[in-house]
Amino acid sequence: MSSPAPGGTRPRSIGRSFGRNLLGLGFVSPYLAFVAVVFAYPFGFAVWMSFHDYFFAAPNAIVEYPFVGLENYAAVLSDPDVRQAFGNIAVFLVFNVPLTVGLSLVLASALNAKLPMRSFFRAAYYLPYITASVAMVGIWMWLFSSGGLVNKVLGQLAPEPSWLVNETLAMPLIAVFVAWKQLGFFIMLYLAALQNVPKELYESADTDGASTVRKFLSITVPGVRPATTLVVIVATITGANLFTEPYLLTGGGGPDGASASPVLLMYQRGIEQGNPDVAAAIGVLLVLFVLAVSLINRKLTERD
Amino acid sequence: MRSAASTTRRIPRLLVLLAGACAFLFPFYSMVLGSLQAEPSSEPSDVLPDPSGLTLGNYTAINDRVPLLRAVANSGIFTGGVILCTVVFGLLAGYALAQMHFRGRGAVFGTVLLVQLVPFQLLMIPLYVMIVRSYGLADTYLGIILPFAINSTAVFVFRQFFMQLPRELFESARIDGASELAIMLRIATPLCKPALLTTVLLTFIGPWNEFLWPFLVTKDADMQPLAVALANYISNVAGRAANPYGAILAGACVLAAPAVALFLAFQRRFVSTDLGSGIKG
Repeated sequence: MSSPAPGGTRPRSIGRSFGRNLLGLGFVSPYLAFVAVVFAYPFGFAVWMSFHDYFFAAPNAIVEYPFVGLENYAAVLSDPDVRQAFGNIAVFLVFNVPLTVGLSLVLASALNAKLPMRSFFRAAYYLPYITASVAMVGIWMWLFSSGGLVNKVLGQLAPEPSWLVNETLAMPLIAVFVAWKQLGFFIMLYLAALQNVPKELYESADTDGASTVRKFLSITVPGVRPATTLVVIVATITGANLFTEPYLLTGGGGPDGASASPVLLMYQRGIEQGNPDVAAAIGVLLVLFVLAVSLINRKLTERD
Repeated sequence: MRSAASTTRRIPRLLVLLAGACAFLFPFYSMVLGSLQAEPSSEPSDVLPDPSGLTLGNYTAINDRVPLLRAVANSGIFTGGVILCTVVFGLLAGYALAQMHFRGRGAVFGTVLLVQLVPFQLLMIPLYVMIVRSYGLADTYLGIILPFAINSTAVFVFRQFFMQLPRELFESARIDGASELAIMLRIATPLCKPALLTTVLLTFIGPWNEFLWPFLVTKDADMQPLAVALANYISNVAGRAANPYGAILAGACVLAAPAVALFLAFQRRFVSTDLGSGIKG
């Protein structure tokens, strides 16, 4: 084994440094092998597939997959279902991002003080985040079904048709569900960011007699701006990943595709209908969509 | 005077927090309550139930439709396999990146950061083609575990912890002739027990709650983790059965219980931990 010589200078004989390299690489090689097999290769494969006429063949059959250029992309972009799904993600973000940012920042600043039952509150907010989506969706289905508790409480005000089968309300309800489910994580993120806001700012605002709302808007909100950028990006990625909720909560993206997500379409087009090349093209477009939203968000939040 | 002002300021704060906590905990409360009612009640007047009417019938009902024990065992094997791979590969790579010098170390570290940016949606279709179609690993534990076997966040967390340990500790062991593997296992890892526990806990909730990937690779009911089995029950039965929600809520309780129990037992480790680890979503 390589042991550095006493005194600090390292002997650099070729054999020795080769041995060290080999040992270090040996330690990281299982990790690198997995990166190659489950990330790098599929990543390239996805892009390649989206430019070829790829179809499912028997495992050992030798088949040609002809290059088709942008044909899969053309098929995806002219598909009204896909356009609707991307539009649905936009609706999701319009509801989810302000709710997530607003509620998590307000709750985090409320938590960021010496308070009784502080750890109880933290636990309460974190609980949905660590619980399985499938379990949570089961409860929401029941609460928001047409004869469910929410409609019983609303009485005359209950929407018609009910939440999950209502074209206007299905996607916003999913956005609220995801905001509720993930809020605990974002509260913790903001709590960490709030530690970096200088206390002196609040103290001098206090001597000036500033109100709580004023301090929140003028000190807290700008003070945690980098965290807000991160929250918006993570919320965007979560929205782009949406699958379980439209698949289960609204019975496969219903009603009439109003809550379908791009990943749900990737599953339907790629695996149910056997067009993995089209699904791969949707995947590439989805990643470009996330990148674009993230860049716009960075530009907007870093403006001043 | 200062303290009087701060108490009056605390009251609206507490009210906001209490209202929030109710909104967060109520679905859990109604899940447990509904699972114990013969027919889960949606009547607002039944929010406080009659204790004599409670029953475990829904749990036997879901067990008749979904082999609960088998599904829990599948979830356990999936989760255990992912945790094992995450810890073994994470410790090795994290240790090498923190304490060993080798050519290409910077590139490997760059890879660790880069992998966290690759979105799973893009990989879903090619991984399905490879694992299910080419390798024939559908309905196998290996096929379910494989895409989750590496966890770059864990590598990163272990590297950060190993970097904080004093160098002298390792140098003297090396002079005594200990092998790097022995140093890692006998000196570095025991000192990182807190990081290890945190990583195990955080890794647990990922595969235990995961739905999409195991849903794609398991068609055989005997191989499905609980999340998939319950989802299939929800999507196949919910529309037709007269009162499916009792069984769904009972299944949801079983699915939620282990993660919630671990969270309540180790709350501080979940909350005060490296927040970046949840970011990949």
